[in-house]
Amino acid sequence: MGEPVTREGAAGSRARLVRGPGLLLVWLYGVMSVGAVSRSAYQIATEYDRAPLAYTLSAVAAVVYAFITYTLVRGGETARRAALVCCAAELVGVLVVGTWTVIEPSAFPDATVWSAFGRGYLFIPVLLPVTGIVWLRRSRRS
Amino acid sequence: MLDALTVTLSVAALALAAWCGYAAFRDQPTKDWHFIGMAVVSLLALAQVVVGVVRLAGGDKPDEGAVIFVSYLLGALAAVPAAGFLSLGERTRWGSVTVSAGAVVLAVLEVRLHDIWGG
Repeated sequence: MGEPVTREGAAGSRARLVRGPGLLLVWLYGVMSVGAVSRSAYQIATEYDRAPLAYTLSAVAAVVYAFITYTLVRGGETARRAALVCCAAELVGVLVVGTWTVIEPSAFPDATVWSAFGRGYLFIPVLLPVTGIVWLRRSRRS
Repeated sequence: MLDALTVTLSVAALALAAWCGYAAFRDQPTKDWHFIGMAVVSLLALAQVVVGVVRLAGGDKPDEGAVIFVSYLLGALAAVPAAGFLSLGERTRWGSVTVSAGAVVLAVLEVRLHDIWGG
């Protein structure tokens, strides 16, 4: 939040995505970004060899969360479309990784952010992209 | 002292979540009283950071390591003020919902802090 003046000026000309329910969405994406980024950075830096696959997947999740947070804050039609694509990718990721961790737990000596559909995060990871897609689709009409 | 603060903060965070949730239910934005509530919770979180760092400096070792412990302390300190700041720009019920969600995040962080410290 370092450049409030320029950002507000720029966002004024774009369709705002952070309003109403969008605020809650950007808050949850922000929290998941901070959580996933710090978690994967710490695990990759300190114990990467223990569960390389799990930590790499957590890092991928972190990048997706950070990007969606950025597009939501930025606003506008291009960002809305980009966020929509990322939410869809995120949903696929959660479902694939979630199913993978359930079917073949031996591949994951340690949990990822998306293990068991995000059970470690109150299932927010599987609920968030669905809510995001609904919100982003509705934002186009209004 | 640290355990007492962790428990107090968990309860205070859940109370704040319920309070702001109620405001959202009544279709109200966050008001002055809510911000006072957020300030109280944030001061408790600040006290927790101070006590936690003092305990670390005194030679205590958290079960899951000092880096993770301090990260969670800082996350717990930032959660409610950040959500409160966002609610300033959203003068509808959704501002209240966001603060409520921020308080729930804080409560979850407190549970994790308890595990990390090994209490």
